[in-house]
Amino acid sequence: MMRWMLLSLMLTCGIAFATIDAYEFKTPDDEQRFRVLVEELRCPKCQNQNIADSNAGLAKDIKDRVHRLINEGKDNGEITDYMVERYGDFITYRPPVRPVTWFLWFGPFVLALLAAFIIFMIKLRQKSPSIIQVTPEQEAKVQELLKKLDQSDKQS
Amino acid sequence: MSRTKWILFSLPLIGFAVMVYFFGSAIGNDPSVLPSTRIDKPMPAFELPTLENPDQTVTQVSLKGPVLLNVWATWCPTCIVEHPLLVELSRRGIPMVGLNYKDEPDAARKYLEINGNPFKWNIADVKGDLGLDLGVYGAPETYLIDAEGKIRHRFVGAITPDVWRKELWPQWQAIGGVQPDDTAAGQGG
Amino acid sequence: MPERAACGKVSGDFLKVGRLAGRESQVIPEIGHFAIVMALIMAGLQAVLPLAGAAIMNERWMAVARPAAYGQFGFLLFAFVCLTLAFVNNDFTVAYVAGNSNTLLPLGYKISAVWGGHEGSLLLWALVLGGWTAAVAYWSKPLPQVIAARVLGVMGLIAIGFVSFLLFTSNPFDRLLPDFPPDGGDLNPLLQDFGLIVHPPMLYMGYVGFSVAFAFAIAGLLGGRLDSAWARWSRPWTTVAWCFLTIGIALGSWWAYYELGWGGWWFWDPVENASFMPWLAGTALMHSLAVTEKRGVFKAWTVLLAITAFSLSLLGTFLVRSGVLTSVHAFAADPERGYFILVFLVLVVGGSLLLFLLRAQALNVESRYDLYSREMFLLLNNIVLICATGLVLAGTLYPILFDVLEWGKISVGPPYFNTVFVPIALATMLLTGVGPLVNWKRQQMALLRRTLAQALVISLALAGLALWVFNAGWNWLVFVSLGLCVWVTWIMLSDAWKKIRTAKAGFVAGVQRLSRSYWGMVIAHLGLVVCVAGVTMTSTYDVERDVRMAAGDSAQIGPYQFLFEGVEDIRGPNYQSTRANVVVTLDGEQVAVLRPEKRRYLIRRDVMTEAAIDPGFTRDLYVALGEPLPDGSWAVRLYYKPFMRWVWGGGMIMALGGFIALSDRRYRLKVKEGASRVVDNLAGGRA
Repeated sequence: MMRWMLLSLMLTCGIAFATIDAYEFKTPDDEQRFRVLVEELRCPKCQNQNIADSNAGLAKDIKDRVHRLINEGKDNGEITDYMVERYGDFITYRPPVRPVTWFLWFGPFVLALLAAFIIFMIKLRQKSPSIIQVTPEQEAKVQELLKKLDQSDKQS
Repeated sequence: MSRTKWILFSLPLIGFAVMVYFFGSAIGNDPSVLPSTRIDKPMPAFELPTLENPDQTVTQVSLKGPVLLNVWATWCPTCIVEHPLLVELSRRGIPMVGLNYKDEPDAARKYLEINGNPFKWNIADVKGDLGLDLGVYGAPETYLIDAEGKIRHRFVGAITPDVWRKELWPQWQAIGGVQPDDTAAGQGG
Repeated sequence: MPERAACGKVSGDFLKVGRLAGRESQVIPEIGHFAIVMALIMAGLQAVLPLAGAAIMNERWMAVARPAAYGQFGFLLFAFVCLTLAFVNNDFTVAYVAGNSNTLLPLGYKISAVWGGHEGSLLLWALVLGGWTAAVAYWSKPLPQVIAARVLGVMGLIAIGFVSFLLFTSNPFDRLLPDFPPDGGDLNPLLQDFGLIVHPPMLYMGYVGFSVAFAFAIAGLLGGRLDSAWARWSRPWTTVAWCFLTIGIALGSWWAYYELGWGGWWFWDPVENASFMPWLAGTALMHSLAVTEKRGVFKAWTVLLAITAFSLSLLGTFLVRSGVLTSVHAFAADPERGYFILVFLVLVVGGSLLLFLLRAQALNVESRYDLYSREMFLLLNNIVLICATGLVLAGTLYPILFDVLEWGKISVGPPYFNTVFVPIALATMLLTGVGPLVNWKRQQMALLRRTLAQALVISLALAGLALWVFNAGWNWLVFVSLGLCVWVTWIMLSDAWKKIRTAKAGFVAGVQRLSRSYWGMVIAHLGLVVCVAGVTMTSTYDVERDVRMAAGDSAQIGPYQFLFEGVEDIRGPNYQSTRANVVVTLDGEQVAVLRPEKRRYLIRRDVMTEAAIDPGFTRDLYVALGEPLPDGSWAVRLYYKPFMRWVWGGGMIMALGGFIALSDRRYRLKVKEGASRVVDNLAGGRA
């Protein structure tokens, strides 16, 4: 059973052959919009592929529908919503910005800014010059040791 | 100080533990299965010929249930696998309508002739337009439609006796579907 | 032999093979299997005895580490050779060979097919790990014995995990007896390509290489010794691994570009992300190690990064091989394997993070640097890189999160990543420009004001000029991005120039006087500039057209004229092909003849698009052949991709920078433990 299903998947989803279709549009602008849309819509049938690159029959159907909707004058948002209505959020590679996806969109940025801010505040509070006073003797000793290490390398 | 330190240094471990929990739950899930967006919504509007009579058109109004809508095609190997069970369920009185999806009508009619016809009638969706409106992403798919014409459940893949018993039969009962002649539902197939 | 008779034609072919290769070839898989078992035993010895020996200071136990490491590597190499021989001999009784090779497959691809599937690529993983282990064993002789023993012991633990994963869930030597196919199912045509011969080994060298930095970190935590000397030891290993990973990623991108036939070069696919995350974390680690080596600070953070970089490599393995995500490139899903890796992940990552929690707190965190100091800029660099890692991680894992919590299904793809990576890239470039100018400990920013102002003016001017010369329309993002490219380049080169001049010894002597690690840093950063410039230009100004073309038709893309001369049929070793002739002209002069193909592989019946590309310094021309249309014309995809080569070229330059830094004198240093301890006491104990 499983094998059958896998087979049917494979038959309809060869991954390596790019589909290339020549669609006609009213304006070059529409053509550009089409290109963006088909790259942002995910083929529901296949592995991880957009409908532009997929050669599944369903990807072709969706492309046809996008083409039709563009020629009907629908804008990108309307077309994406149209597809989401049918296939769910899965169909778009651009995850919607909703409370549940806030972390995805902003989480890492907020955490990074927070980290930078905290470090900045800590450093700012350390008003006194934070350089530890090293006595000249100590400094000289360090330098001498480092030099020795380098020399032992040269000899080897 | 040291307490803050403990908290700070345990964050990576906590984060990792959360991730492991999600991974553990995710193993075995099939990432390719999609939920339907049409659940509890009316059947999308359509106007298509039937497979049986190309001159006769049907619309969503014709699909008042409870009825089982099966999306199938002759090019789909999994559909062939589940076909005998559909025939059996139909024989036991489950009303079924077929959605012949992106298929050659002639080939489809011949297929039903040879393998038995479980469907009362079939919608001929040659271009796949209704399929797209329904959110079909791979035949076979099976929808349960209630008396008001609302979609109540979707199953993707081949129906097996097990799937029927565990998943579809309870749903079918929930929408007040006709009892099969044989009370031992799903024993056949 | 009744079972052979049952196979009919099968047996004939097999016997023929058997005769050709000699009878002993038939037991090669068993020998290989045995070698893996031996490698597991060696890994066990390498892990247990040295770690226990280090704990109780038993020198003889610790001394086991090196021979066991060499033994482990030797046995894995032997197993790998056995599998290769099975491929070369067409031994289709081995399930893995039957699934990934074919009699008709050219020899080169038979060899690369060894790592074309899950089991074989895992064997390659284990082999590369064995190779790194042996390398550490060889070059760690100057290290104190207890440290070398701990490092090799930790690597042995990792090897136990991978070799047993190989042995118990993914044995490449499993037999298909008695019914084996006569010819094999053939290698996925996508993998029948030069890119796939070199890409996985490079990538694994990088991935697995981070295990060395990881092992040093764990050894440091175990021994409580994390100082400048420790950083100096782990730094070259990290850099080598990073270089390989960089090359591996660049090769993978290049392969996807010409082989998939879609014209894209980065898809943000989970498998790509799985290699990109360790790269980002590894880049952060390299910078952090620099601080720890030079200044003895950020110790805990550096250790955490070392753990993170390798953990992300392991995580990638889990994501790619467990089936929790869908990807174009993922291996076949298998829950059992998924659980195995997850348990392994919990032991390795969970264990090391626990160790981190218990031991790293004791590390000295006294800060001895000002707000304006090299340390702070490198810290900011780390924050940006970790933020980038977090974004990729979040984007990769969010679909799993949604699925598990039953919030529905979502997809996170290029529109997300491309959006969030714009600020990351800009911030990185801004910092890369300033960072190297800033002094360690403290910097009076007023002293830099003039240099920075000068750089700013030049950046804006040159970026504007570049846009004007390229003449493709104004775009703010491109302007800012190119401006930052100039910014980094100008600051790097003028700084280097200043340093050469201060040497007052003439140009060549001045160049030589500066350390190799300085030049490595400059070159790697210039590589980043080249890469960012390429990405900016190609993703903003590429032109794609899908057109229908019959023989004699032509199409215009940018300034180029593409003339479609028609198609012809040709025949390859294991495929049939339709090849088109496309002549490209610029102002009436012929630039290139491109011959895209559509191949139909005979065994797997896969159809493959072989794009034809005319590469150039400032642009690529790309033609892919689509479907024949009912009227006899063809659907053809034409691309004009400006500065495409810069993307991978930049990656290669970055790796080159890494290798140059590696050749720095001080990494060839024989570290005397006593001496370094004194240095450490002075560096760490002064506070």
